[in-house]
Amino acid sequence: MRMFDGRVLLKQVILLFWPLISTWVQGAEKIDSCQLQVLEMLSSLGSAGGKSAKPSFVSYVTPEEIKSEKEPSRKEKHPDLLPGEVVFCSASTVLKYTQDDLSQRGVFGVLLCTNFRVSFVSDEEPTEEMGQLFKNKLYGENDIPLSCVDNIYGGSEDKRKLITGGLVKNKYPSKMIIHCKDLRVFQFSLSFSKEEDAKKIFQGIVHHCLEPKSLRCLFAFSYCENTSYPEAQRKKQTVMFDSVEDWTQDMKRTKGNCRVVSENSNFELSPKLPQYFIVPKNVSDEDLTKYQGKGLPMWCWSHHSGCALFKTASIPLVQEDNVPQTYMEKMLTAVAHNHLYSVKTEDLSDTLPTVQDILLSYNKFKQFFLIDNTTEFWMSDMKWFSSLDNCGWLDIIRQCLQKAVEVVESLEKENTNVLIMEEGGSDLCCVVSSLVQLMLDPYYRTLLGFQSLVQKEWVAGGHAFLDRSNHLHLKDKVESQSPVFLLFLECVWQLQQQHGPAFQFSETYLTVLSDSVHVPVFTTFLFNNDGHRDSLLRAESPHTQRSPLNCPTVWDWSVQFDCKAQDLFTNPLYTEKPKQDTSVRKSYRPRHLRQLSLPSSAFKTPPKKGFFKDEADNLKKILGVKRLSRWMLSPSSDSPQTSSSVREFYEAWQTKPLDYHGLLLPCLDGPSIRVWMQRYLRWIHDVQILGGGPVAMLSKVSEILGEVQELQRQLDRHGCTLTSNHKGARPRAKTAAAVIAARSSVRLSSSFPFVTSRNWAFKPAIPTSLLQSLMVTGMPGNLADREDDGGPESLV
Amino acid sequence: MEKHSVGGGDSPALPGVPNRNNQPRALANSGSTQASVETLDSPTGSHVEWCKQLIAATISSQISSVTPDTASRDFKALRDGTKQVQMDEVPLVPGETIKAVAKDVMYICPFTGLVTGTLTSTNYKLYFISLERDTPFILDVNLGAISRLETISVQSHGENTQGMEIVCKDMRSPRFAYKKEDASQPEIVEVLTKHTFPLSNGLPLFAFLYKEKFLVDGWKVYDPISEYKRQGLPNESWAISKMNSSYEVCDTYPALLVIPTSIKDDDLKRVVAFRARHRIPVLSWIHPESQATIVRSSQPLVGPSDRRCKEDERYLQTIMDANAQSHKLTIFDARQSSVADNNKAKDGGYESESFYPNVELNFLEIPNIHVMRESLRKLKEVVYPSTDEAHWHSAVDQTHWLEYIRVLLAGAVRIADKLESGKTSVVVHCSDGWDRTAQLTSLAMLMLDSHYRTLRGFQVLLEKEWISFGHKFAARVGHGDENHANSERSPLFIQFIDCVWQMTRQFPAAFEFNELFLITILDHLYSCLFGTFLYNSEQERVVNEVQTKTVSLWSYINSQPEDFTNPFYVDYEHHVLYPLASVRHLELWTGYYVRWNPRMRPQMPVHQNLKELLFLKAELQRKVEELQREASSSHGSLSSSSEHTSSPSHSGGTPLHTTV
Repeated sequence: MRMFDGRVLLKQVILLFWPLISTWVQGAEKIDSCQLQVLEMLSSLGSAGGKSAKPSFVSYVTPEEIKSEKEPSRKEKHPDLLPGEVVFCSASTVLKYTQDDLSQRGVFGVLLCTNFRVSFVSDEEPTEEMGQLFKNKLYGENDIPLSCVDNIYGGSEDKRKLITGGLVKNKYPSKMIIHCKDLRVFQFSLSFSKEEDAKKIFQGIVHHCLEPKSLRCLFAFSYCENTSYPEAQRKKQTVMFDSVEDWTQDMKRTKGNCRVVSENSNFELSPKLPQYFIVPKNVSDEDLTKYQGKGLPMWCWSHHSGCALFKTASIPLVQEDNVPQTYMEKMLTAVAHNHLYSVKTEDLSDTLPTVQDILLSYNKFKQFFLIDNTTEFWMSDMKWFSSLDNCGWLDIIRQCLQKAVEVVESLEKENTNVLIMEEGGSDLCCVVSSLVQLMLDPYYRTLLGFQSLVQKEWVAGGHAFLDRSNHLHLKDKVESQSPVFLLFLECVWQLQQQHGPAFQFSETYLTVLSDSVHVPVFTTFLFNNDGHRDSLLRAESPHTQRSPLNCPTVWDWSVQFDCKAQDLFTNPLYTEKPKQDTSVRKSYRPRHLRQLSLPSSAFKTPPKKGFFKDEADNLKKILGVKRLSRWMLSPSSDSPQTSSSVREFYEAWQTKPLDYHGLLLPCLDGPSIRVWMQRYLRWIHDVQILGGGPVAMLSKVSEILGEVQELQRQLDRHGCTLTSNHKGARPRAKTAAAVIAARSSVRLSSSFPFVTSRNWAFKPAIPTSLLQSLMVTGMPGNLADREDDGGPESLV
Repeated sequence: MEKHSVGGGDSPALPGVPNRNNQPRALANSGSTQASVETLDSPTGSHVEWCKQLIAATISSQISSVTPDTASRDFKALRDGTKQVQMDEVPLVPGETIKAVAKDVMYICPFTGLVTGTLTSTNYKLYFISLERDTPFILDVNLGAISRLETISVQSHGENTQGMEIVCKDMRSPRFAYKKEDASQPEIVEVLTKHTFPLSNGLPLFAFLYKEKFLVDGWKVYDPISEYKRQGLPNESWAISKMNSSYEVCDTYPALLVIPTSIKDDDLKRVVAFRARHRIPVLSWIHPESQATIVRSSQPLVGPSDRRCKEDERYLQTIMDANAQSHKLTIFDARQSSVADNNKAKDGGYESESFYPNVELNFLEIPNIHVMRESLRKLKEVVYPSTDEAHWHSAVDQTHWLEYIRVLLAGAVRIADKLESGKTSVVVHCSDGWDRTAQLTSLAMLMLDSHYRTLRGFQVLLEKEWISFGHKFAARVGHGDENHANSERSPLFIQFIDCVWQMTRQFPAAFEFNELFLITILDHLYSCLFGTFLYNSEQERVVNEVQTKTVSLWSYINSQPEDFTNPFYVDYEHHVLYPLASVRHLELWTGYYVRWNPRMRPQMPVHQNLKELLFLKAELQRKVEELQREASSSHGSLSSSSEHTSSPSHSGGTPLHTTV
């Protein structure tokens, strides 16, 4: 039974005849007033709805849009399907609302559901112009990869209901709202489609987006079977940490002195353990397999002083049972032996929020950005700051960064080995260990270095990407869902905001990376660990058992973006490492830059403890297990000691001149932890700053880089090389620079490069009124006033 | 002993002027000489050089700034005059004299704990220097920035000890503890009080004693005639009138006013009588294409009985007619409508749409000056001395400061949009037309006219909309006046500058000036060093001969403009900029409000890299030119060219950010 009443039908009649009406009207010159009349007619019909009564009166569909139906290209439209992509179902005459305003306008088109995405193909000819610049090759602006769908709501006139799957039988709502994990919001009206189609598409989308499915159903498998990625192209220079060499290399690079374990290369030891990993020298072979790898200290990174960072999955300690206790002590001793017999342990489960806390907080946080309509947006604008604090997301970011700083302090100032642990050992351990390495090691702040870091700590490190993102919508995995990797990217973004020139990659890069997690094409994010990946890719391989299925990793950026777009991943203001030049004057000491950035006291070599020194002494110390963490209660109820020590460490560091290739510490004070505007606000039309935003600076920098390049070319022509010892500004202007510079920054908006302001109306977004102003002083909102004041000239 | 190879020599050798090269050390805070000797073309050297520019204002020198060797050279002259060994380290500006010195004073630093040192009071500033000489700790506060001096209890620091809290207008409240037994010295608090509040003690403001000479005369920045000429005035509809040349028509308006040409003198008199404080509607800005205008005034004296004034009604009609593009006129009343109603009872009010044909009246619902004062007071509690980590956003939220910023920006956006898209002239007023009106018109003009977004243009905007049109700076700031509880005081100008800063955040390339410029303006709003912001009206300034007896802030700014320019600047000529009046895009201006917290200081300014790039470009450019010159001959001299690289931005001058 369709839920339409008479007025909807009448509306449809008018819509249907609109071409006629409008041509007739055009002849009659007084087009405006006539349109208005018709619209008013519509509105008087449509204004029965509840709270949205007022906004919807303007028009249901604007005349322009309806006009486009004049020459109905009845031919079924399809998006360009990817290899291996199959259309499940589709419906035509679906109305996609534009988010821009209250008037509930939209575009008609075909809505499809494939094994990869939900796709909307507009009936209008695409007017793509600027959109090309940052086009994702896998999915367009009206496509939602199935794993990117976050929630689906069904709505009628004024209500909306969360669809949970399973429950949909024969009914379907007239309006479907899709919230995406990349924070886009789509609203479709199914009222104009054929009943049968509408039902099919709704159920199809719900089924494919929300129902449990097997991993093999993920698009990656059918995609990879139908595409071939040459091995060479796949690898590029990102260190994948899938071979002994990669690990050995990284340990050599950091001058570590541990033992590479390759016995698990075919997962003989345990499928849960990484294929390759590094442990302290003193760990024996039989130690490796006890407790399924739990309690085994995995090497992360070595500090130049010799001490190192290790992580482990903690062994649940049973009171009476002494065996794990002894094992743990043995492992700690092994870690301590790595350097100077000292070790600190840090149980992250005690001191940082749990994965569930993270999920809860993020779920609250993301709601501020999933905006259905403008009124809602401006209402929430008022409570913005308080809401920010209430959801606690920024505080979780701060806690992770703070923990990382504590670890950095131990490594850098006290030169102690650090062992971080948590249950599982692959969530917050990954966050903290990668952050520590980003702060201490400039290599990881380069694009390739960062990718290698993610490979090392997250992919090889066994972060359960599949469970954490719950791509498969398995009911039993709902609990384990959590945006831990996103949390890490958030922390990186904070560091990057505070120390921009230290990072070779850009904010855009991080945003794209955070989106890519939800594109089910890359092997990077599809599995729970090495063993999982290996077994599945092997099983799915069409060939012999010898070669597993060859899928792209996310680092194959060319799968998603062309070269020009990829250029936006680099930070034009990145300070490259100064080349050591002996001709530089004496006072310039690049060699010790890293040391320079530290309080000098940190470099007083601790009293050398000889090999022959009474070891009992040290062991006592070790067994006492110094705990880094003194926050046994709650992380936010600052134990003054810890935070003041971190504070002092930060302050001591801060007073030294900043070296972008040395230690970097984040400022953790209230004002310094910010919201990642680009990621969260990019789709909200009302908060796009036209002609502003960071891109305005970017384009200026690009322009100057271009000029510098040109000048250098001129010099080269004269056969003269620049003998400047100038540090940072080694020009590496790329085509992206030119691309941005070519478009005057006046035409770009703060959402660049994600949204291109195609319908460039230079009209300011003005808070929908007075209402807010009244609330400012706590006076009761007089809604009657809103009409007079509702944004100037909204009808003109 | 090492001396600076660059820079030291070319600064004017005025006694008491700290050499600008001292400041890099402040940032590096390096006790070791190594860091400070980094020459300017080495990376660290030039970054420090640039750091200084942004941060000099951000921090007064809470960390070391004067190194003994340079200091002693600079202050030789002073040393001759006084035998005080320590005094020679107090940098003085010309005209400044030391009034009292107290030794063994403890500065109770909220960030680092107790610091013992010497406290000096001059007639311009309070200056504290720690006993430790290697890396001295220095704190200075311009007396003008002090709101009140309070004695506090400091028993924990021993008997005979007195405590003093210096509550400042610039968001800090340093505290000191000192021994009171020493009878030989005049009580420092007395001296301090006397010079902090000169007007309450029969003394002149320091601006009248300041004797610095600048190469540029800042008083020439604003010439009303040429500014109106730039706007294309006078034209057939608008005339520049001299009727107020002796300030008889309106004592709070400037001498020159732009009014409709067709208005008759008799009618004008009635309009004058009908508007509060005789502040009649006059033109502030005219759109170059549509001829739509921004007109400002005070409220009409409608009163409880809804009085009418035909002449006033006609006058507004004339303003509407001067713009052929629109048959409407929009009045923006900045007040809350309820407040405007209340004003009727007090003989004020607003234009009735039924009496003024084709007029549309809008209330912008901006709360009054008292609300704003309270908001900033709360904000100070949030930002000083320490900031709460976990509840930072809610704490800021509760001050409502950013909400008011938003309301203001939203109002200005509506005005600008009405002119730009609606092509309609607007009249803006509040009650008296010197507070919210100035905020709104100047913000709207900043959005509409790219000229005001340049360094010079912004100065003109301030001189015009704020200073000449009688924003009551003396009353709102309370220069030299001890009555700190005066309800006339209110941070409206700060609020305006904050709005401008928010715009520069949203459009980082659209403004020629940088953050330092805005901070410097606010610092000298209080400092009383320059005459620019003194007094309430143009008339008072003329009477007190401000232009001849004091120095303009713009003299200082414009003699070293490179310090105040934004390296990202691109001229968005003819582009209207609409800032987003959404709290999501507003941010607390930590660079100003939280600058006293050492942890909020940037180590390296964001734009350092760009400066280096610009420098590299300049260097390359020079080389290319050199090569072209020597095109025919061999290029033997090239190798030497990298030797005489100079700092990207350097010139002598006086650092008056706040360190002086």
